[in-house]
Amino acid sequence: MNFIYELHRTMMSEKLILVYQGDFTQETTKSILAMAERNLDSSGEGSSTKRKVFNVMVEALQNIVKHSDELVDGETRSHAAIFLIGKQANRYSIMSGNPIRKENIANLQKKLEHINNLDKDGLKDLYKEIIKNTTISEKGGASLGFVDMARKSGEKLEFSFPEMNAEYCFFCLKVNVPRGEE
Amino acid sequence: MEILNLEGAEDTPKIILDKKNGIFEISGRSLPEDSAEFYRPVLEWIGNYGGDPNPSTEFVFKLEYFNTASSKLILDVLSALEDIKGMKIMWYYHEDDEDMEEAGQEFSELVEIPFEFKTY
Repeated sequence: MNFIYELHRTMMSEKLILVYQGDFTQETTKSILAMAERNLDSSGEGSSTKRKVFNVMVEALQNIVKHSDELVDGETRSHAAIFLIGKQANRYSIMSGNPIRKENIANLQKKLEHINNLDKDGLKDLYKEIIKNTTISEKGGASLGFVDMARKSGEKLEFSFPEMNAEYCFFCLKVNVPRGEE
Repeated sequence: MEILNLEGAEDTPKIILDKKNGIFEISGRSLPEDSAEFYRPVLEWIGNYGGDPNPSTEFVFKLEYFNTASSKLILDVLSALEDIKGMKIMWYYHEDDEDMEEAGQEFSELVEIPFEFKTY
């Protein structure tokens, strides 16, 4: 059972204040948001930082709900993904990981790189462009969520795609929200 | 005309659309699971209202938070209001919420309706 202690130590050393793994639905999204909000409130975090963290969390969680690829392994199908929040002295990190089919990576990577190449005004223009010119696809338009995460955090989106098996990679995303600007 | 009255919840805004009493307000948080589905009755109501509107309408947005999926639907709501004569948007934001102020300004750049900005 040493893994319990190992997991605990990892959480401590990585300064994680919340970790959730499992199926993601609108209901779990609401629960996680409520839990994180209580945590932010009780730690007396400034309202601007709190709002930005909340913003980024919603988009990250709803991205998982709407876009995570179903992992098919023989008979087993799952949507298992992971969501984490880290709290450092100078920032919060909102992190997520979910399976993605390899054929979907190139398109996602292109979107993320495009967003990371834009400055504040470029992001604003892209945001307006997307809400003006697209109707909500049945899956709900993830790129708008990424644009918003980049705008609210004011930082580049960090991402990677470690391989899971022949068909899937794990899409890891990290968004940093600076603390205490007020 | 019937009143549209939706109780707010932790992930959906409170909405009152009441032609007779001149109350038109969307407030609270908007992060529904299916934003298109959630805003459908609102868009329908506005469509009907546009056929026989009051001489002037002050439509209040007093949102604490909305997600990106809702932002497209808010733009749809604004676009529906755009064609109604005597329309004015009252965009409320918390006094220290620059992001909500900026969001209102962006919407005002996307539609041809007068916006008035107010803090609460």
